Amino acid sequence: MKRILIYLLASVFVLMLPMGSSADAMKQGGTMTVTYKDDVVTLDPAIGYDWQNWSMIKSLFSGLMDYKPGTTVLTPDLAESYTISPDGLVYTFKLRQGVKFHNGRKMVAGDVKYSIERTINPKTQSPGQGFYGMIKGFDELASGKADVLSGITAVDDYTVRFDLSRPDATFLHVLGLNFAFVVPKEAVDKYGQDFGKNPVGTGAFSLEEWKLGQRVVFARNKTYHHSGIPFLDKVIFEIGQEPSVALLRLQRGEVDILGDGIPPARFVQIMKDAQYKDLVVEGGQLQTGYISMNVKMKPFDNVKVRQAVNMAINKQRIVTIINNRAVVANQPLPPSMPGYDKDYKGYPFDQEKAKALLAEAGYTDGFETELYVMNVDPNPRIAQAIQQDLASIGIKAEIKNQSQATVIAAGGEADQAPMIWSGGMAWIADYPDPSNFYGPILGCGGAVTGGWNWAWYCNDDIEKAAVKADSMSKAGDEAKRIDLWRSTFIKIMGDAPWVPIFNEQRFTMHADRIGGDDSFFVDPVHIPVNYENVYAKDAQ
Amino acid sequence: MLAFFLKRLGASVGIIIGITLITFLLSFYIPADPVRMLAGRSASQQTVENIRHQLGLDKPLYIQYFKYLGRLAHGDLGRSYKQKTQVSELIFSRLPATLLLMAGAISFELIIGLLAGILAATRRGQKTDHAAMILSFVGVSAPQFVLGLLLLYTFAYKFPLFPLGGYGTLAHLILPALTLGITGGGWYSRMMRSSMVDVLMQDYIRTARAKGVSEHKVVLVHGLRNAILPIITMVGLDIGFFMSGAVVVESVFGWPGIGQLAWQAIQVIDIPTIMGVTMVAALCIVIGNFLADMVMPLVDPRIRLR
Amino acid sequence: MLYLWKKFRKNKVALFGVTVALLIIFTAVCAPLLSPYDPYEQFFEGLTLEGSPLPPSAKFWLGTDLLGRDLFSRLLYGARTSLIIGVVANGVAVGIGTIFGVIAGYMGGFLGWSIMRFTDLMMAFPALLLAIALAAIFSPSLWIVALVIALVNWVWVARVIYAQTSSLATSEFIEAIRSLGASSPRILFRHILPHLVPTILVWSTLGISTTVLLEATLSFLGIGVRPPTPSWGGIIFESQSYFLDAPWLVFFPGVAILLLALSFNLVGDALRDILDPTQRGRG
Repeated sequence: MKRILIYLLASVFVLMLPMGSSADAMKQGGTMTVTYKDDVVTLDPAIGYDWQNWSMIKSLFSGLMDYKPGTTVLTPDLAESYTISPDGLVYTFKLRQGVKFHNGRKMVAGDVKYSIERTINPKTQSPGQGFYGMIKGFDELASGKADVLSGITAVDDYTVRFDLSRPDATFLHVLGLNFAFVVPKEAVDKYGQDFGKNPVGTGAFSLEEWKLGQRVVFARNKTYHHSGIPFLDKVIFEIGQEPSVALLRLQRGEVDILGDGIPPARFVQIMKDAQYKDLVVEGGQLQTGYISMNVKMKPFDNVKVRQAVNMAINKQRIVTIINNRAVVANQPLPPSMPGYDKDYKGYPFDQEKAKALLAEAGYTDGFETELYVMNVDPNPRIAQAIQQDLASIGIKAEIKNQSQATVIAAGGEADQAPMIWSGGMAWIADYPDPSNFYGPILGCGGAVTGGWNWAWYCNDDIEKAAVKADSMSKAGDEAKRIDLWRSTFIKIMGDAPWVPIFNEQRFTMHADRIGGDDSFFVDPVHIPVNYENVYAKDAQ
Repeated sequence: MLAFFLKRLGASVGIIIGITLITFLLSFYIPADPVRMLAGRSASQQTVENIRHQLGLDKPLYIQYFKYLGRLAHGDLGRSYKQKTQVSELIFSRLPATLLLMAGAISFELIIGLLAGILAATRRGQKTDHAAMILSFVGVSAPQFVLGLLLLYTFAYKFPLFPLGGYGTLAHLILPALTLGITGGGWYSRMMRSSMVDVLMQDYIRTARAKGVSEHKVVLVHGLRNAILPIITMVGLDIGFFMSGAVVVESVFGWPGIGQLAWQAIQVIDIPTIMGVTMVAALCIVIGNFLADMVMPLVDPRIRLR
Repeated sequence: MLYLWKKFRKNKVALFGVTVALLIIFTAVCAPLLSPYDPYEQFFEGLTLEGSPLPPSAKFWLGTDLLGRDLFSRLLYGARTSLIIGVVANGVAVGIGTIFGVIAGYMGGFLGWSIMRFTDLMMAFPALLLAIALAAIFSPSLWIVALVIALVNWVWVARVIYAQTSSLATSEFIEAIRSLGASSPRILFRHILPHLVPTILVWSTLGISTTVLLEATLSFLGIGVRPPTPSWGGIIFESQSYFLDAPWLVFFPGVAILLLALSFNLVGDALRDILDPTQRGRG
């Protein structure tokens, strides 16, 4: 007899919701204009994977799971409830009834199965394929040997069952990723590769207009499955706007949100200006900027050298160089990530001690090495600050500034890049769980040719702890699991494969006429803002 | 005439094919893997190989190239790796902006070139002449990105006469077009000056003067008509220069043209887009040169068709 | 040489060009003596608490850059980068261009035809895109940047040299020498090359200006010489996001690039007037 655990998270967390009662008081209506410099690449949830389209896709589509607005708390969305078998291998979801696609058709369990299969199918070329490796039958589908995924069953129109090949505590998170969002097969078949330009989903908004390189308009989905939201009738994205122009237009009241953020050059002035600084909302970001040290290359194979480098970098100065738009980091996890250890002090900034460590490692006179960096400002500048700090303990680092693709390729080779400054390519979490900060970038799985573990760090003990943590998917294990991750990341710092430098802060500037809780403007999952939950004051 | 036309056409097609070959080779020697960029950071080795196979990137280089040429013959530029959109669609959404920028730049270089050139020629040896010629050299020597940034600072920020970059109205066009046009303006003012000086010494001008035609009319009607022709034919040759300039000027002013598209595509090794943009740019250059070649004999009968 | 100088002395504009060029060469050579600070040192007091650069002051004459380094010292050392690349890249370009131009012009035939069609091809290639692609393949260092620029620029020289060589090679004068039994190398070195010297000289000067501008542009796009080597275009690249608040970071290096390009343009143009009045047009 299986003991079935039922979660009705929605009722548990409703009191924590910042919108709570005020949401009912807000009227729908009004528009919001968001500016962007670059073209929107695609709105296909299986393909889109940049910070710009990520949130746009979230408001056009929905998946089984989502996050409470403004938080990192998981909640069912298209699912009404779900159960997990005691061994953590079977997840059964009850779907919400009466959910309609933008084309008017009712969404059913078969659509969920189809959508996830589509992401895994190699023909789709989805960058999110690898997240779903825990579902049974993944290998067959991913290698093209099968056309369907044996691990997903549409039991009836409103019940979906997932069979996993291993217990995985991150499974609910990956169901909340865009790659698992539900798409209607008929629309995908109709538009083929152009589905990304003609998206059809079940989300809060539907696509109304798209003029390539000029504007994208979202209109409110009147049959959205959450009543009362979204508030805005329309969200207008204006494309091809320089950030500095966009800022001036915001000050004149012509636009509401700066999609690309406050331009660095204007940042200091805006934050000093009483008129504008109240329109800026500051929040954390699930991001860490770090220097990776290739543990397979001399002299970084010596842990003392890596620790010495950790003590040599003046992180505060680097934060100053980017106008204090970040906070100093001392561990891989960012402060807003569950599992962050706020008691950990990190390596001190102590260049004398660093020199002593280098001497112990046999490098009294230092050594020569290379620091790879992406060639977009401010990264070459940050690299030069790092270079100067390294020079003061005797390490002569030559800066290799190259395009993003080239640096990533160099990091993926075992013997090419001794040091990489991650800026511009830095790890931003896909989902708010510490696991996402380990596997690809610090775990053995990522330490392969073409992988993202640029430090080539692979520690068996750590790997065992990680596997253990990720298999703790039972209810009630959450806190224990996070504790395990916390201690694991601190242990990793003992081996010092990285120098964590800073965690970038988000500064979202919005026009006064757009209202909503501050947390919606720095939503950890939605960048720049949570389009569904902000409202227009002039429509009230 | 027809034979000449066909010969030039053949040469142009040859040039375009040569350019596709060079671009193709160059983009494959960039030490980065387009498939990795495409597959994302959570991709397994197998995913990467699957995608490589799907794109045909696991085939020998020469087969890939001939396949590309085959598709090209059907007018298919392929799909962007990054955006999944047809490359042709991407280019056509951005080409109007670049062509508009060029049209603006051509206007500016002609206006600057003609005005300064005429002024200098009619006041030959005087201070105006020297000043105009020194300024023309300054224009030629000024780096476009500096010029662009300084124009933005002065005329959009300190004195907000124009928008701070962007695209849309005529006001948006002025500063970027001026930036791109100043270099050409410098060259043309020198050419205009020397050809005007030549023309003004011709017999028929002297005759006109002797007949009592006003000096303005002599210069603007008789002089200009003959002096301007060689310059008009030069404009076709400027396209190549503009195509390079566009990368910089579009980046400074946030102008959504194909220069920016090319720059972004190179950053992520989006080979179909790189190929497409280079080819369209080369096509514009070849057409420009071709037109210049065709117009030259009409303008100057001394140049024989070969 | 004396003849050249006499001509130059009469031309005030050219004299100005020579003076400026010599001045820049002087600062480049004597940069260590002239610069008040180490151009690489990032001063703690060189930035405000918010991380803004300092405007020109008594301590930092031209202000500081976004890393708190002394802009004046960096400009002086930047002259070295620009000049080295200008001279080396242009020298290589003129060298390659002359060799191919002479081969194509003198030999003619299929080889000559192939070379000239190749230059047609290169001229239809947007030069900057070519340079960007090359810079992406070879990780840029000082010498690589110089080489990339040379590879992009040599075609212009080749075409001019080709035109001159081929008209010389078919001239009655060379025909006559050949009929006297002179060998090809002898004709090339004794009779053709000397006639090309003025053109080569003019291009060696004018081309430096083009080269300096291209180097600055590559650096401005972030693919020029490797930081922290000071480069004028690189200073502007690093500062452009800040230029509305710190325009001096764009203005001073911008003027430096302009002066260098201008001086070599003026000198080259004057040389062309003196040596070869028939050859005018775009550089």
